Amino acid sequence: MWDYSEKVQEHFFNPRNAGAVDKANAVGDVGSLSCGDALRLTLKVDPDSEVILDAGFQTFGCGSAIASSSALTEIIKGMKIDDALGVSNQDIADFLDGLPPEKMHCSVMGREALQAAVANYRGEEWKDDHEEGALVCKCFAIDEVMIEDTVRANGLRTVEEVTNYTKAGGGCSACHEGIEEILTRVLAESGERFDPNAVAGEIKKPKSGLTNLQRMKRIEELLEEIRPNLQRDHGDVELVEVDGKYIYVKMIGACAGCQMAATTLGGIQQHLAEGLGEFIQVLPAEELARRAAMGG
Amino acid sequence: MTDGIYLDNNATTMVAPEVVAEMLPFFSEQFGNPSSLHQFGDKVGRAVKRARRQVQSLLGAEHDSEIIFTSCGTESDSTAILSALRAQPDRKEIITTLVEHPAVLTLCEQLEKEGYTVHYLEVDKKGRLDIPAYYKLLSDNVAIVSVMWANNESGTLFPVEEMAEMARSAGVMFHTDAVQAVGKLPIDLKSTAIDMLSLSGHKLHAPKGIGVLYLRRGVRFRPLLRGGHQERGRRAGTENAASIVALGKACEMAREAMDYEKTFVKAMRDRLEQGILAQVGHCFVTGDANNRLPNTCNIAFEYIEGEAILLLLNKMGIAASSGSACTSGSLEPSHVMRAMDIPFTAAHGSVRFSLSRYNTMEEVERVIEAVPPIVEQLRKLSPYWSGDGPVEEPEKAFAPSYA
Repeated sequence: MWDYSEKVQEHFFNPRNAGAVDKANAVGDVGSLSCGDALRLTLKVDPDSEVILDAGFQTFGCGSAIASSSALTEIIKGMKIDDALGVSNQDIADFLDGLPPEKMHCSVMGREALQAAVANYRGEEWKDDHEEGALVCKCFAIDEVMIEDTVRANGLRTVEEVTNYTKAGGGCSACHEGIEEILTRVLAESGERFDPNAVAGEIKKPKSGLTNLQRMKRIEELLEEIRPNLQRDHGDVELVEVDGKYIYVKMIGACAGCQMAATTLGGIQQHLAEGLGEFIQVLPAEELARRAAMGG
Repeated sequence: MTDGIYLDNNATTMVAPEVVAEMLPFFSEQFGNPSSLHQFGDKVGRAVKRARRQVQSLLGAEHDSEIIFTSCGTESDSTAILSALRAQPDRKEIITTLVEHPAVLTLCEQLEKEGYTVHYLEVDKKGRLDIPAYYKLLSDNVAIVSVMWANNESGTLFPVEEMAEMARSAGVMFHTDAVQAVGKLPIDLKSTAIDMLSLSGHKLHAPKGIGVLYLRRGVRFRPLLRGGHQERGRRAGTENAASIVALGKACEMAREAMDYEKTFVKAMRDRLEQGILAQVGHCFVTGDANNRLPNTCNIAFEYIEGEAILLLLNKMGIAASSGSACTSGSLEPSHVMRAMDIPFTAAHGSVRFSLSRYNTMEEVERVIEAVPPIVEQLRKLSPYWSGDGPVEEPEKAFAPSYA
């Protein structure tokens, strides 16, 4: 059985705000029936203050889907809708003292229902761009679609590169066979063969052609771009050192010691690699100290 | 036995106390290697021989040398299929079904990647095979047919004896994964054309970690594990003597309890099923209700999700299992439910109750009482449900984006 936290169990056995809200003026329906989860979120929003007066959920789904729905309604009740939109998947998971990696999509569903409901309230159309595939890396909750897209976008060729870009395969390594199969499939699209002996990092992309100073400034700019995302999760990032392809950063606030920190680093790495147009590796600042101690 | 009501016997069973008593001496005083010449080994060798005869008797095999002890049902399945491919390198096709256990399906998927052609037989809404379609696929290109005797999720039985005769007439080897059938149905292999059969100890009150591959005398065979001479060189590795002895005892007990399975266990299953169906609306039995294992009942509860049902049952001490996606962490509901074309809104709510001779009618009554309020509680949360019934045209009234 799943390793559900006590909070998840408690919210599943005694869900808060179950059922549709009376006189709701915002409705959001999201989910995927084939994966067994669907959620309808109804809100009663005060038109003057835009405060969420009441929130209710109806969920077709598993224990954590019901618990995530319950948690979401508890978090957003009394919030202004603009503030409520700032609630992240991680906030929902944190509220429940964490979710198993296979179940993180349940919290994603909650956030999307909220976006859909707000769009409905504002008379806008909400379009979801989120496509979900089968979970490949269980250590870091990385799915097939995410890996495929990253492989295509960055012309990746090796398992090591996939790990560097997405973090998938960076834990127990049991999914390496699955990652090799994805690489074989995606490379075949362009008539190439997966070579298990290829060396990571040899990406056929033009080097950035920037001076060291320009390159550092560019790195700082790119970090600025993603800073709001981290701050939304009550965290932040600080650039510590740039040493060739190694970029050392320090995670601050909620990001420090967060169990998803490794995934966050992966995301920062991807953003920097794309922005610089070259292969780089983002490492935690502690790694710099460790390498210095080892004399290199 | 611990507190609680265990209705998940198709997943695994309690080791019978008599079986435990029989195997315990083989950890301590009877520790010898059955291959050794001295008295320590000799006694164990004799016990293994006796166990082999007990298994032979339950399966109705002609010779005791047709019984090969393995580590589990999965090993038996892999051994059978890979042996047929290696022994007949010119035959590059396999026939199996869409609803096999992953032990067979995942292996077949891998073999497809290696260049083999796999024909997956489809099933109808009641989980039944199209036998004429199967007959047409049999050819000199087929190395082996592998079809389960009884489905683990729905309990539906396949006509493997008839299918084996067809395979034999076409000169094709026939293997059946019978881990759910052995011990629950009378089996007499010597009067069938089945060439190979897999069984698993822990499904019939023996411990985990012991299985059997039945291999008909004269069927061409290539071992999976080569090494020592154990099992006449067909499965190397020092015998798991204690578990072999346990499996022998469990087979003897299953043979004695066969009538009880067919009558009393079946009566408990039928009472459970009728009791639930009588009280809960919008639910139905999946599989072929008239042709299935006597201990298995799979009910699809519409508009709610299986894992949530299991968690609430578990809170009341009742153990069952589900074909929902969430119980396995996958994104799709059970391949068996999908193959039967059960709608998603029902497939996710399918719950399997599987009984054993250690259950009682009193437990069945308690489960019948527990289920309706659980279903009601979850339906109150469901966007497909309103008041006392599903919303009108549920699939239209609630059609979430990115479905």
